[in-house]
Amino acid sequence: MRVRKVRGKHKIIIPSHLLDEVLSHCDVEYPDEACGILAGKEGVVLKVYKMKNIENSPISYLIDSKEQFTVMKEIRERGLDITAIYHSHPDLDAYPSAKDIQLAFYPESVYIIISLSEREREVKAFHIEEGNVKEVEIKVSLK
Amino acid sequence: MSVKVRIPTPLQKLTQGQDVVECKPGMIIELIHELDNRFPGIGERISEGGKIRRFVNIYLNEEDIRFIKAEETEVKEGDEVSIIPAIAGG
Repeated sequence: MRVRKVRGKHKIIIPSHLLDEVLSHCDVEYPDEACGILAGKEGVVLKVYKMKNIENSPISYLIDSKEQFTVMKEIRERGLDITAIYHSHPDLDAYPSAKDIQLAFYPESVYIIISLSEREREVKAFHIEEGNVKEVEIKVSLK
Repeated sequence: MSVKVRIPTPLQKLTQGQDVVECKPGMIIELIHELDNRFPGIGERISEGGKIRRFVNIYLNEEDIRFIKAEETEVKEGDEVSIIPAIAGG
């Protein structure tokens, strides 16, 4: 697996065991896109919520709205933030598609994309706001 | 008593950072008009031509208003309304 190193102001920190959870979710859903929410605090991921992609598609995702409502309420009640939103690209690069950019309604969260198109999986993170995409550094911590 | 409306973070720049605002009871579409009068620009982010945008979900307490009466859903005093942009992409 390749995790891109990018220097910049924004950064997301994800413990390796939680990143493993995300990657195994992507493998389980393959060839469809997997999607989910990473809850955390101050840019550090603390919990993975694997969500249902109601589109069951290899080229798009839409999180079940009731599940999203319930998870967002739980995150708020735990005093956490939606640190990141992740989804997989089974056959495309780890870069936001036109649809990803158009439907990025959460600019305060980082969008993580996991590409499964190469033999070596690639994970990248982005800040997406009003059509502008900026790559964000991902730091994988040991715990 | 009034209606508590939860504003999602992407729209909080229009509500001067408020995550919860109080509105008058009435139909959902009236509540959106009230929000737009008080916070200009927020209405078009939530609805278009009197209809809730496809990628915006609105919950009345624990229920999706699309499964009640959509824009005409009645909101009573003490209810909580949550505006939740969808999470989607390709």
